Amino acid sequence: MEEIVLHLIGGLAEAMQPLNLTMIVVGCTLGLLIGAMPGLGSVNGVAILLPITFLVPPTAAIIFLAAIYYGAMYGGAISSITLGIPGASTAVATVFDGRPLAQAGHADRALTAAAVASFVGGTISVVLFTAFAPPLASFALKFGPPEEFALMVLAFATFIGLGGDDIPKTVFSILIGLVMASVGLDIISGQPRLIFGDIDGFLHGINFLVLAIGIYGIGEMLWTLETTRGEVMVHKVTISWQRMKHNFKDIRNYIKTTSMGSALGYFVGTLPAAGATPASLMSYGLAKTFSKDPDSFGKGNISGVAAPEAANNAASTGSMLPMITLGIPGSPTTAILLGGMIIWGLRPGPLLFTENPEFVWGLIGSLYIANFATLLINLAFIPLFVKILTLPFSILAPVIYILCVVGGYAPTQTMHDVWLMLLFGVVGYLLRKLNYPVAPAVLAIVLGPLAERSLRQSLLGSHGDVSIFLTRPISAVCIAIAVALICYPMLQKLQKRRRANAGTGSG
Amino acid sequence: MTVRTAELLIAILLALCSIGLMIKSAELRIDWVPERGPGSGAWPFWLSTGMLLACLATIVRWFRKVTPESTNLDLFMTRETVLLVGISAGSIVFLLVVTHLLGIYVALFLFLLFYLKFVGRHSWLVTITMTIVVPIFIFCLFEWALKIPLPKSISEPLFYPIYDLMYS
Repeated sequence: MEEIVLHLIGGLAEAMQPLNLTMIVVGCTLGLLIGAMPGLGSVNGVAILLPITFLVPPTAAIIFLAAIYYGAMYGGAISSITLGIPGASTAVATVFDGRPLAQAGHADRALTAAAVASFVGGTISVVLFTAFAPPLASFALKFGPPEEFALMVLAFATFIGLGGDDIPKTVFSILIGLVMASVGLDIISGQPRLIFGDIDGFLHGINFLVLAIGIYGIGEMLWTLETTRGEVMVHKVTISWQRMKHNFKDIRNYIKTTSMGSALGYFVGTLPAAGATPASLMSYGLAKTFSKDPDSFGKGNISGVAAPEAANNAASTGSMLPMITLGIPGSPTTAILLGGMIIWGLRPGPLLFTENPEFVWGLIGSLYIANFATLLINLAFIPLFVKILTLPFSILAPVIYILCVVGGYAPTQTMHDVWLMLLFGVVGYLLRKLNYPVAPAVLAIVLGPLAERSLRQSLLGSHGDVSIFLTRPISAVCIAIAVALICYPMLQKLQKRRRANAGTGSG
Repeated sequence: MTVRTAELLIAILLALCSIGLMIKSAELRIDWVPERGPGSGAWPFWLSTGMLLACLATIVRWFRKVTPESTNLDLFMTRETVLLVGISAGSIVFLLVVTHLLGIYVALFLFLLFYLKFVGRHSWLVTITMTIVVPIFIFCLFEWALKIPLPKSISEPLFYPIYDLMYS
């Protein structure tokens, strides 16, 4: 414990370095803006802005991106409340009560509750993160290739079991992501693979950023264009000292649901498929269930704003736990952060704690500071953010497209990748219209090379005997949980059918 | 085209892509190579087989009308959506083609001019300001700060004086 505190102090000092502090402030502000813009969430911001981070050292870069991630979780609430449309999917639940509050002229009260709840959620989860990460990382040091592979199978199984999407489509999304990751030179034999049409551009593989920017940049903008038609309506926000003082007194009304939502959000966030969106919805449900006045939810109950906001911030920190300690991202955003770490020359996984302690602890320290920074920036600049939201979509859209094109070009500097990105964007948009989940594909393209390497190393070690995954205890447990997760939706369906039959039988 | 038709068409198309990927992977060894483990093509081959099975499952579910999409008779894309999405996707294609021909900065200028003036119908003041500020911002960020040269094609000579200033 003492060691953790010492490391944490070191991490806080690292995060307080002028460059890193600047990164936190700029990242939080950008994150707030990105989160607030309808259609753009943390994953879009991180995907589009990752190429820019080549400018600074890895620690400053991850701090910047983590701050965007953090800020975006706060920012999502701003448009949920003032526009009535979620700034990101993670803030969907915030609309339920945020919008009625804004319509009744209490937008400032809802915004304050969202900011305070986000702060509490962030703080609780970052403390949990600090306590859990080092022991988990040292446990993960025991992992060999079979355990690594089994863990990845488990990560993908969570998408099937808990993702809530159409199962065959989820499986397709995972597999196509893995296939895309295998394009290029084979990692073991060095042979060129899947070089379509003998185009040289495929020799260096498909960079995960090309897929991520395509889907979360271009595809997302097309999606937003279709759903909002480029038109938004902003509710008025009145802010004064008097009202703010009153708003802060309000805190005791929702502190209980906020703390509950934070703990729930953190644990849901650590699961790869779950993440911030289901966490916030679950937290909303929980707050409603335990409320003395459940009927007021959906009509402007302040706890209905606080609960999901606490959970989505807590989940974003939670999703960093498996990324940092195991090298398995807990959300699409952390998948992109993980890909970034590989580009910066770091090897994500348990060794990170021993090999690059200043990086890990700098990141952890920055989370504490980012939490304060975002709260202050958020409360101070709410009117400004609201004003920016009135920016016409036809100005925002071309700027985002340009950032996507240039950002898609920057990592490999070939136009081939930019065309590919556009293709992924359009195809991703069309598939999304048919309910194909896109997040598993992004996670799979990042994990693909690691999954293939660990599978082939395991099989080589066992001379082709697949039972190696079942004879080693840790991997056997992972595979067993994975199988249970895959079977879970089927069991659920069976149970529902049986209940329906029983219902018709008795009635 | 209805959502129902689109669901089937896309599933068939993806199944064909999966078969294509299986054939492409099978160009390499997909069996066990002594001392080296699974052949280079094995991993993508079995993954694409899985993709094919997933598509077949979607097709079966379509026939059984299990998925919400397979019973949805709404239009997959309304005319308005086609127009909105088409203009955006088309203008990005234009941006990329002009980048190949005349370089990215000329392309950015034309792209912004088109998008702001003809799609967004903004005033000339907004349009001109943005068409000048955005390319300069991109240049400063990528070429000057990040040292990543962006493609300039035949407009490259125009930048020689700026390079002289930057690197002198």
